[in-house]
Amino acid sequence: MAKVRDVCRHVRSKQAGPFWVTIDFFFEDGEAFRRHAESPALSADAFARLYATDPALVKRFPVPSLDVLKVSFPRARPQGGMVERDMHSGQQYVRLLDVELD
Amino acid sequence: MKDPTSGEVVRLIVPTGSLGAGVREEEIAYGLAAGAHAIASDAGSTDSGAAYLATGKSKNNRGAVKRDLTILMKAYAEAGIPVIVGTCGQAGGDLNLDWTRDIALEIAAELGISPKIALIRCEQDKATIRRLNEDGRIRPLPPLGPLDDETIDACDHIVAVLGVEPFLEALDGGADIILAGRSTDTAVLASYPIWRGIDWASAWHAGKIGECGAQCAEERDGAGILLSVSSQGFAVEPLGRTNRCTPHSVSAHMLYENSDPFRLVEPGGVLDVTEARYGAIDERRVTVTGARWEQQPYTMKLEGAGGGAYQTIMLVGIEDPDVLRDIGGFHDRFLMALYHRTHQSIPEERLGEFNISLRMYGWNAVSGNKPPAGTAPPPEIGVLFVATARTQELANEIAQACNPYFFHFPAVMDKELPSYGFAFSPADIPRGQVFEFKLNHVVETENPMELVRLEWIDSAAPADAQAEMADG
Repeated sequence: MAKVRDVCRHVRSKQAGPFWVTIDFFFEDGEAFRRHAESPALSADAFARLYATDPALVKRFPVPSLDVLKVSFPRARPQGGMVERDMHSGQQYVRLLDVELD
Repeated sequence: MKDPTSGEVVRLIVPTGSLGAGVREEEIAYGLAAGAHAIASDAGSTDSGAAYLATGKSKNNRGAVKRDLTILMKAYAEAGIPVIVGTCGQAGGDLNLDWTRDIALEIAAELGISPKIALIRCEQDKATIRRLNEDGRIRPLPPLGPLDDETIDACDHIVAVLGVEPFLEALDGGADIILAGRSTDTAVLASYPIWRGIDWASAWHAGKIGECGAQCAEERDGAGILLSVSSQGFAVEPLGRTNRCTPHSVSAHMLYENSDPFRLVEPGGVLDVTEARYGAIDERRVTVTGARWEQQPYTMKLEGAGGGAYQTIMLVGIEDPDVLRDIGGFHDRFLMALYHRTHQSIPEERLGEFNISLRMYGWNAVSGNKPPAGTAPPPEIGVLFVATARTQELANEIAQACNPYFFHFPAVMDKELPSYGFAFSPADIPRGQVFEFKLNHVVETENPMELVRLEWIDSAAPADAQAEMADG
C-alpha cells in the first residue's frame, strides 16, 4: 500500500490568512495524481479527523495541469493564540506523509 | 495563443516579495534598462501574526527597509518612474504607515530629491465599524460568525484592505511615491497597469503571479521579477540573471498561500484563472493568457487585531535517560505537578484564569500529537514552559513559583533529584502579550474611497514640519 511520501515529490503546508491552512500535494506524475488524488484517505472527512476541523468547510481542489491536489481548511485555532505551536502552519503537512492511500 | 506582448505593454519591476527583504541594485538596473514604467512592492502581510497590526510596529528592521526603499527611490530619481508600496510597515495600519513615511522623508532629504508622496490610509475607527455593522454592511467569512461589538472592542487596530482604486486616484493626482496602508498584495501590483488602461483581468493576474517577487521562479537566487503586461496577457521574467521562470513555476504560484487556486476574491471582483494558459517564451520567460475578471459589488476585507493575555516562558534541555524512556508519561505528570504547585503558591482570587503549557521539543512540540507507538526516543529534548495569565506580573509569578519544579521534577521517585539544563539565569523570560486576529469579515462600501483617506506630502518641506502636518 502506497503512502503519501511514496507518490508525491513534494508536499507543503502554509497558512492562507490567519484562519485557514492550505496543503499542496505535488504528485510524482499524472498517473499518481489520477490514481490517488481522490483517495478516501485524502477526503474532507479524513482532513477533519487529522486536523480537528469541520468537514463541511474543507475545500478540495484537484489541479490536473500541475498534478496537484490542494486542500484548504480552517485552523482548529486562529493563528497566534495562547497555545500556538506552528505560527505559519509550515509544518502541518508532515503528519500526512505516512498516510496510507489505496 | 495570442501574443501578450502585442499592443501597449506596461513593464513593472517587482523588486522583492516584501520591502526590507533585500532589494538588489543590479536587478533594479536590469529592470530599468529593460524599460520599466513603474516599481511596485508590498511591504507586509498577515503571515507573521497579529502583533504587527495590534502594536503598529514593523516586523522588518528599520535599516533594512530604509536600504531597500533608498534603492527604489534612487530609481525613481534616475528614471522618473513611480514607486508604489503597499501594506507599509508589515500591517498597513496608520502607525505602520507613519513609520514608513518617516523613512521615505528621511531618504528624500538624504538624496536631495522632492518627490510628490501620496499616503493612502485605510485604518478604521471602532465607531465606524460599529455603525457599518449596525447597518448590516459587514458579513463574516468562514469560519467566523456575525460580528458583535465585543469583538470590535477587542481590536487595537482595524484596517480595511485596499483594492486598486485608491492607487488609481493617487496616480491621477501625480504621485511619484505611493505609500499605502493594508492592501491586497495583488492590488499593489495590478494598480499601475490598470491605471495605464490595461485590461483588468490581465493586470490582476500579473499582480497575483508577481506578488512574492522571485517566488514564482525556479532557482530563486534573485529577489525580483519584471512583469510586461498588456491587455492580451502578460510575460514574467526574473530580474536575477541566473533565475528561470517556467510555465510550471509560474502556474504553481497560483497555489501559494491561497485557499482557492482558481478564483481569487479581490475588492470589486473575482479573478478567475481556471482557463489560464502558461507558455514558455524561452528558458527564463513565461507568457500567461486567459484570465477573466468578474466584476462584483464592491467589498473590502477587514482585518482587526488585539492583544490579550500575557506570557512568561522558561526552557530546559533534558538528556536524562529516565525522562527520555517515557516522554509522554513524564509530560503528563510534569504538567499536573506544575498546576498543583501554582495553585499551592498563588491565592486563587489573584490567579484567576491562567494556563500552563509544556512543549516537548525534539518529541512532539510542533503537532502536540502523540508520536506513533514504538517511536525511538531522541538523544535529548528541550522543554518549553509557557505560562499565560491576565497580566505580565502574574505570568512571571507563575513561572517563578514553578521554577524549582521545572528544574528538578523527577521522572522516577527513588533516585536523587535531577537538575535539568537551564540555558539562562534568571530562567524566566517575560515574553509579552498574546496577539490575535479578531476579524475575518468583509464590508460592503458605497464606493471604493468611502473608507479610504488620501493624503499628500510635499517632501520639499522640512521633515519635522511634514510629520506635524500629516499627524495634524
